[in-house]
Amino acid sequence: MFSNPDLLHFIFGRLSLDSFPMFHEPILAVTFAGVVLGGIVVLGALTYFKLWGYLWREWITSIDHKKIGIMYIILALVMLLRGFADAIMMRAQQAIAFGDVAGYLPPDHYDQIFTAHGVIMIFFVAMPLVTGLMNFVVPLQIGARDVAFPFLNNFSFWMTTAGAITVMISLFVGEFAKTGWLAYPPLSDIVYSPGVGVDYYIWALQIAGVGTLLSGVNLIVTIVKMRAPGMSMMKMPVFTWTSLCTNILIVAAFPVLTAVLVLLSLDRYLDMNFFTNDLGGNAMMYVNLIWIWGHPEVYILILPAFGVFSEVVSTFCRKRLFGYSSMVYATIVITILSYLVWLHHFFTMGSGASVNAFFGITTMIISIPTGAKIFNWLFTMYKGRISFDVPMLWTMGFMLTFVIGGMTGVMLAVPPADFVLHNSLFLIAHFHNVIIGGVVFGMFAGIVYWFPKAFGYKLDPFWGKMSFWFWLVGFYFAFMPLYVLGLMGVTRRMNHFDDGSLQIWFIIAAFGAVLIAIGIASFLMSLVVSFIKREELRDETGDPWDGRTLEWSTSSPPPAYNFAFTPVVHDLDAWADMKKRGYVRPTSGFLDIHMPKNTGAGAILAGMSLVLGFALIWHIWWLAAVSFIALIGTAIAHTFNYNRDYHIPASEVVATEDERTALLAKQQA
Amino acid sequence: MTMANTTASQTEAPVFYLKEEHHPQNGTMLGFWLYLMSDCLIFAILFATHGVLGRNYAAGPSPADLFDLELVAINTSMLLFSSITYGFAMLAMEKGSIKGTQMWLAITGLFGIAFVGLELYEFHHLWHIGATPMRSGFLSSFYTLVATHGLHVTFGIIWLVTLMVQVGKRGLVPENKRRLMCLSLFWHFLDVIWIGVFSVVYLLGVLG
Amino acid sequence: MVVCENIFQRLTKYKRMLSKLARGVAIASVFTLLTGCNLVVMDPSGDIASQQADLIVVSTILMLIIILPVMALTVFFAWKYRQSNKDAEYDPEWHHSTKLEIVIWSAPLAIIIALGAITWVSTHTLDPYRPLDRIDAERPLEKDHKPMVVEVVSLDWKWLFIYPEQGIATINELAAPIDTPIQFKITSSGIMNSFYIPALAGMIYSMAGMETKLHAVINEEGVYDGFSANYSGEGFSHMRFKFHGLSDAGFDDWVAKVREDSRGLGRSEYLELEKPSIAEPVHYFGNVDPELYQAILNMCVDQSKMCMNEMMDIDRKGGGGIAGIYNVMSLTYDTPRERGSQPLPSTKSYVATLCTTPSGGLSQEISSIPLFDNGVEDDRFSPVPAGVSTGF
Repeated sequence: MFSNPDLLHFIFGRLSLDSFPMFHEPILAVTFAGVVLGGIVVLGALTYFKLWGYLWREWITSIDHKKIGIMYIILALVMLLRGFADAIMMRAQQAIAFGDVAGYLPPDHYDQIFTAHGVIMIFFVAMPLVTGLMNFVVPLQIGARDVAFPFLNNFSFWMTTAGAITVMISLFVGEFAKTGWLAYPPLSDIVYSPGVGVDYYIWALQIAGVGTLLSGVNLIVTIVKMRAPGMSMMKMPVFTWTSLCTNILIVAAFPVLTAVLVLLSLDRYLDMNFFTNDLGGNAMMYVNLIWIWGHPEVYILILPAFGVFSEVVSTFCRKRLFGYSSMVYATIVITILSYLVWLHHFFTMGSGASVNAFFGITTMIISIPTGAKIFNWLFTMYKGRISFDVPMLWTMGFMLTFVIGGMTGVMLAVPPADFVLHNSLFLIAHFHNVIIGGVVFGMFAGIVYWFPKAFGYKLDPFWGKMSFWFWLVGFYFAFMPLYVLGLMGVTRRMNHFDDGSLQIWFIIAAFGAVLIAIGIASFLMSLVVSFIKREELRDETGDPWDGRTLEWSTSSPPPAYNFAFTPVVHDLDAWADMKKRGYVRPTSGFLDIHMPKNTGAGAILAGMSLVLGFALIWHIWWLAAVSFIALIGTAIAHTFNYNRDYHIPASEVVATEDERTALLAKQQA
Repeated sequence: MTMANTTASQTEAPVFYLKEEHHPQNGTMLGFWLYLMSDCLIFAILFATHGVLGRNYAAGPSPADLFDLELVAINTSMLLFSSITYGFAMLAMEKGSIKGTQMWLAITGLFGIAFVGLELYEFHHLWHIGATPMRSGFLSSFYTLVATHGLHVTFGIIWLVTLMVQVGKRGLVPENKRRLMCLSLFWHFLDVIWIGVFSVVYLLGVLG
Repeated sequence: MVVCENIFQRLTKYKRMLSKLARGVAIASVFTLLTGCNLVVMDPSGDIASQQADLIVVSTILMLIIILPVMALTVFFAWKYRQSNKDAEYDPEWHHSTKLEIVIWSAPLAIIIALGAITWVSTHTLDPYRPLDRIDAERPLEKDHKPMVVEVVSLDWKWLFIYPEQGIATINELAAPIDTPIQFKITSSGIMNSFYIPALAGMIYSMAGMETKLHAVINEEGVYDGFSANYSGEGFSHMRFKFHGLSDAGFDDWVAKVREDSRGLGRSEYLELEKPSIAEPVHYFGNVDPELYQAILNMCVDQSKMCMNEMMDIDRKGGGGIAGIYNVMSLTYDTPRERGSQPLPSTKSYVATLCTTPSGGLSQEISSIPLFDNGVEDDRFSPVPAGVSTGF
């Protein structure tokens, strides 16, 4: 009747004033106010200190793998705060919502929180941590100047960030999915989830997925093609090996996620019938497909952590890694087997006994190479000289914690046992046990270990130890009660309980979450305190831990070109070998160094993708069309730029290297 | 480590660094090939989906009711010819002939446009009689698989036109040669996928 | 502690097999002791769940054979080879030992072979689709016994239990006589749920248009918790029911009590019931339309809709042909469950019913006509083909 609503609908799609929950949700109103205030402070400070140009030139447009790696980790830490805020809200809700008490989170809000927690922790915390560490370390470990495709690397990072921003927008504009982190249909179909939540989920993952896939391709090519002369496959550091396997898994698994989310969006946007109840759709197919991606994803996260532990153990035991080749083969076996186990995530869907038993047994078989790895670390400690610096503490915490998670994992792999434990809090405890005890501990070990390489000073050990102990003890307090609750038959994703006798366990778990919060705060403190005390903690040798691999042979932080001369590798622990056999650092004869140029194209393309995603979520079709065309146009325009590299003149290399020579001489004196 | 020693006298000391600039192998072809494999996996999922849903007609039409194999055969030949003509473009590139490369690229593009056009005609026809992708699981998976391939060809054509312009502007510089090689891989890859679509979706659908 | 005693009783069954592992048992029971509360999963009242609990114990013990030495050695090596202990041997080049590597790979392998064998056998014997062969460890069942059938439907967000032999139905309350084998046939009205009574047996998903099965027996009288173990949306947390294990006489009384309720459950009542509701109180239906469950399973309680089995039959015969294209009506099946405040962006479609010839096949004549006026007087059914009505 009125043309006005039609026009508004055309311009804004589904977006209206009702789409802004902070006007009617007090929790979100406070959060929003906080974010706005914080944002104003940060933006104001950036403007006041005239940092915009610096940020743009040195970081946003940077194609330096080291800076991109650092930015990935910053993104992960920021998103960790968001994901953890969700966690502690869940713990609080479950600790109070018993009997007549409904708790402070209505289902509508609670269901978004557990979905967001899972999505954020996996895609925007664990993944950027892993990718960031690989980005920073791998080229240094293999003696390369950068990754194979530096521009793509920058683009990948900004796509991941655009995905993270999409999830963050859902906090204040509209809603997030209320489906659980894997959005099983039919619940995620348009009929049962008509709002924008699932669309936020889909587009956040699709945008970030492009970044993940490209960075996977990038790192594989880097490792295969750009190793220093002499570094054969069996002389690669273990972290590089695990990175290679992880990136192979990324390239072989993420397209499945992309495809299955495309199919889900076709169901939602175009009324197709892939996973619907009606008209010949099949929801079980979604469950299969998403886990064909989902299980390798678990190994995508854990393998680099295994790599970190291998580096840390041998460095801090002052000893060669025990069983290098069995470590490598174990990694390869895990990589292959991770594709043959996906069905263990849904034994209870009614497959035949033989199918269930097959997938149960393949799952157990994975524990054999994993067990071998644990033994290898153990026997690296044997006859070592172990110094318990913070990275080694994380590793010890991992070894003791992870085996418990491995054990409960094998229990869940026995199909009849899984029938009583599936979807229970026992399962929740299990996967937090391996993800926190494995991935998180590993990433913290890696961050503390390589921090001096990235910034030139060590992290303050006091706050590092605080962080470790609070995380470790907090983990046991938070998740051991969940094992017990699982055995009491308590299922996941509940926002209310009738049985008051359960409450004490949830209170213990909430207490554990508080301890973990202190652990996170301590880690942030360690960053702040170390920055303040950076002169005291400074490392001028470039090799603060007496390291064994090539990244420790260059200065901290390394120069833009990483190595003035490309190293030649003779042995597995290349840098240990060089130190042992009297390597002398070259001080003259420097040449021009060929390097890629910075470019803003990555950030711009990712920004356009973000707009495109937002337009698709809210059905703002004109904006979707405009941003899509702009995206394609910009990408094409970018290909017309042939001037993508430059040379660092030899004089500048000489200046940088002389500075380091002087520093080292001062050390010697 | 000690800084005092000198290397000159120790002839037996191993070489620990390269004195000249190190040029690692170019990884573009490997990288692009990896991307193609990941794309191949997307098609694998779509084929698998079609395998699961391909006979869920929801009491609606089946392939035998809908597909015109002659039309599809003509369409297939368009794509096969385009692969051959792309081969000629690569030969021209090897000879260093800018004009020849551009001409064969243009012919390839025309075949590609004919392919996409015929596919759109088929879709339009099916849509017109009511066989829309919403009608059944079978039609959803059919449209998605075929249209995903068609979208790839469309992007290939856009890329091809871009390269024609770039070859015109810059000539057959190494960058452009590399790009032409990548597009060549992409184009033949789409051809292979289409053979799969033609046999699994159309032939098996109608005859199987 | 009752719990511990029960677990110990169960463990004694494995004593012969695992006599050397008594120490592991002790540790497992200490763990149980510490908790001191109702670990229903480890201490169930049904034979199937008991065997599943045994498996948890056995697999735990088997893995502790590896895990405990590893943890002990980790701590021991960390202490022994600490930097400050200059007495400990230090061998920076020691990095390989073939013997040790063989042990490292073969010890876990041996455990996994044992566990794999147990898994293969137990997965088959405890397959939820397999009819029971025993009431408990002492009482075997003959092959052709007839289990009591209960048809289970997960609705938004409540459970419907239909007793076809008794001709009754309940909402959110389930009862069964003890020591009687039960066959559950499970489906869903829309969203996937999971049917789980921890005291009775493991869970199995419920899915729309599909039937999953579970065979189980309850061996002790009592009232047990049952619930959905797969998140299904807003009302999920309250999707709980009580399962009563009753004596034979008690069960007869319960059936009689349900029958007293004069309400009947037919197609129209079901369509009303199917609408989403949260924390639905228990209620009974004294009689049930015997065809209702099949209609729910085939998603055609609404008689204007074609049943799934009929549709699949047509599909097997090569589909409904070009004429079948317009045999689609705008949405009815899913609308009642639409829960968001926003309207659907487009109209969902579903397949309307067709007249079938007595032989079950389609006559060419009939199938060529879109039968929109197939005895349906409801104006919700607008005769618009799906392809035309979708409005994106």
